[in-house]
Amino acid sequence: MDSQAIATSPEHTPSVEHAHPPYLRHHFETVEQQREASSFGMWLFLLTEIMFFGGMFAAYLIYRNWYYPAFVAGSHQLSIVLGTINTAVLIGSSFTMAMAVYSAETRNRKALITYLLLTITLGLVFLGIKSDEYHEKWEKHHVPGLNFSVHDFVNVNPAYPDDKPLPLDMAEKTQVYFSLYFAMTGMHALHMIIGISILIILVIKAYGGSYTDGHVSTIENFGLYWHFVDIVWIFLFPLLYLISRHQ
Amino acid sequence: MPEPRESDPQDAATPGSELTRRHWLRRAIFTTEHRAIGMQYLALALIAVAIGTVLSLLMRIHLVWPNLRLPFFGVVPPEGYLALVTIHGTIMVFFVLTTAPQSGFANLVLPEQIGARGMAFPRLNALSFWLTSLALCVLLAAFFVPGGAPISGWTSYPPLSAVPAAGPGQGTGMDLWIASIGLFCIASSIGAVNLLTTIVGGRCRGMTLMRMPLTVWSWFVTAILMLLSFSVLFAAILLLWCDRHYGTSFFVPMGDLVNGTIVGKGDGSPLLWLHLFWFFGHPEVYIAVLPGMGIVSSLIANFTRRPILGYRMMVWTTVLIGLLGLLVWGHHMFVSGMNPYAGTAFAVTTMAIAVPSTAKVLSWLGTLWGGGIERTTPMLYVLGFLSFFITGGLTGPILAQPALDTYLHNTYFVVAHFHLIMGMAAVFSIFAGVCYWFPLMTGRMMSERLGRWHFWLTFVGAYLVFFPMHFAGLAGEPRHYAQLTGATSSLASLVPLQTGITHSAFLLAAAQFLFLWNVLRSARRGTPAEGNPWRATTLEWAAGLDAPAVHRGPYAYDPQAFPSGFKMQWEADAEQE
Repeated sequence: MDSQAIATSPEHTPSVEHAHPPYLRHHFETVEQQREASSFGMWLFLLTEIMFFGGMFAAYLIYRNWYYPAFVAGSHQLSIVLGTINTAVLIGSSFTMAMAVYSAETRNRKALITYLLLTITLGLVFLGIKSDEYHEKWEKHHVPGLNFSVHDFVNVNPAYPDDKPLPLDMAEKTQVYFSLYFAMTGMHALHMIIGISILIILVIKAYGGSYTDGHVSTIENFGLYWHFVDIVWIFLFPLLYLISRHQ
Repeated sequence: MPEPRESDPQDAATPGSELTRRHWLRRAIFTTEHRAIGMQYLALALIAVAIGTVLSLLMRIHLVWPNLRLPFFGVVPPEGYLALVTIHGTIMVFFVLTTAPQSGFANLVLPEQIGARGMAFPRLNALSFWLTSLALCVLLAAFFVPGGAPISGWTSYPPLSAVPAAGPGQGTGMDLWIASIGLFCIASSIGAVNLLTTIVGGRCRGMTLMRMPLTVWSWFVTAILMLLSFSVLFAAILLLWCDRHYGTSFFVPMGDLVNGTIVGKGDGSPLLWLHLFWFFGHPEVYIAVLPGMGIVSSLIANFTRRPILGYRMMVWTTVLIGLLGLLVWGHHMFVSGMNPYAGTAFAVTTMAIAVPSTAKVLSWLGTLWGGGIERTTPMLYVLGFLSFFITGGLTGPILAQPALDTYLHNTYFVVAHFHLIMGMAAVFSIFAGVCYWFPLMTGRMMSERLGRWHFWLTFVGAYLVFFPMHFAGLAGEPRHYAQLTGATSSLASLVPLQTGITHSAFLLAAAQFLFLWNVLRSARRGTPAEGNPWRATTLEWAAGLDAPAVHRGPYAYDPQAFPSGFKMQWEADAEQE
């Protein structure tokens, strides 16, 4: 998020030359170059994020191949309804974020603030539903390391009466599934929390009139980040909730 | 180009005043000037390499005289030896071989070489340096916590690294290792983003991609490798942390017996760690050596006064080495129980790397062939790089064979291989870089006489230390063994060989004082350097160019065509314009 740093840097405004807008830092020649640099930097940062989540997706891929029955039984414990609602909430928040970028570009301060606040709200709704799901896992003793019990997996699942109970060693391997579930959705939720924190700062700055003065790259780059976090969920949702449901 | 803030009015403050002192502090700590940050990185690498070298000497002593009382450590038990191995490896790989050639030199000269005003994100640059320094401190703190430093090697294979009860140092010490590497991953990723953005967006007029100096090309490819690999390592250590503290089961097999207790819950697999780690770990090797190749290419052209043979080929081989470097991680895992077909595939890609590497070596030798080589100290270091790159490189295709590696895996043969190619070759390119760009850092030249002494002693010492290790490996000595003698040891016959290596290691380490002395003394009293002491063509030697524009490729050396024998990249062609 250095674009933000660039845009809002108060330090060092030497009196040498001032034939440029205040947000243009001196090591760039033009505003255009600065905007391209911050946007390119953001894309590269997202590339590192893709590789980061990619490491965990690789782990998911390997273990799903090895412990397929455990993954089926594990995903039967997740609520498709909550997952679907959360997906809709997150896509909605991406829409409001896109509208926020549009409002910044059309220099509409009021709309910008409204859409940013809407994005924060939808993000919080997502996190609320997510924590409800986490709480349910806790109650059902599905949290590996803290209170895990194989009880639900060595017995018939009333919601899926066709499922055969797992043998004990495979039932233990559902811990791998839940480890992945918590690590991946947890890292995703952490990205959401960071995103919401930045959004709050953006709202405060937008009140002060930033971003609607023609210098929109901070909002644009944050939009990229927010859409990226959204896309990660678009992968997590089918992998964890949907694709392993059939024996 | 110094940033405008160089002309800060506080410069004029009287010496010793409060203002000057604050100003000095701000320049040293909060500087965002890329050249200063580059020198900070080099200083950090110097501190790290000193610590890493002391640790390696302690290891050498312990290996051949296991009952001797060592300074700082007393009589070292076998697990204490492993702690030395771990921290030595981690420091050298991360804080020396990644920090100096890539972050250090690139910050020092890259913006000038491409005609940019500075790095794209100067404050992220400073942040990246300070995170790296913090990471080093966190790592060294591991020596001072209960249990001491971790013992699972720089590769931190689980279950040893995943189970806190596995040994001394695997508790808090291992946590500190993970925290340190996590910080380092973040810092390196930030640094890579910064560097790539600078190269892509900051080049001056006329600096097309095919006019970039080969140093810039190799930093460019290295930065891509860092971008792709460090984030995967970050994911891996995050999962490792979860295994250690939150009871997840990514890496520990079910019912694994570690140190007398049964651990492992959900049946994870250490193989997953190996894949994730080496997906980072192998590109890391190229992160360490690619910048060196770039420096060597540039310096060979400079000191033979002729254009580098096959500039385009050099560019594409750099790119190809980077690309293939991402596809060969499995050759570290031939004996891990991986599918043999996968082993064959990884063997093929690994041997494929020999092709672009050989093309590079041939280009260097071709440029040298019949050229009037100027035997300056930087050029000696370059020749040293070539020597070690070839010697160490030749054992690469041997280790790439799964059948041969089955025998040689985890022996001193591997130790010899990577110390020659990744350690010594890269270190010689660092020496060359320091010596070559010393005038830019200090305005003075390094002493040629001291440099020649240092070169020859280091060159001979390094071969004496690392070459005999091949024989120890062929004789079957495994690495990470704390001693050769003992009731059940079959390695006692190797004691004379290893004792010889230890003596040579002292010679090699002692020779480094010459370098240190040369740096310190020349920085204060060296001969003042002219503007372009090596008569080089690249932009970092063009002092005070306001709006550079580039008219030709980087290696326009030709005594026949140009009156001075060379033409700078920014000099306009009179007849063409």
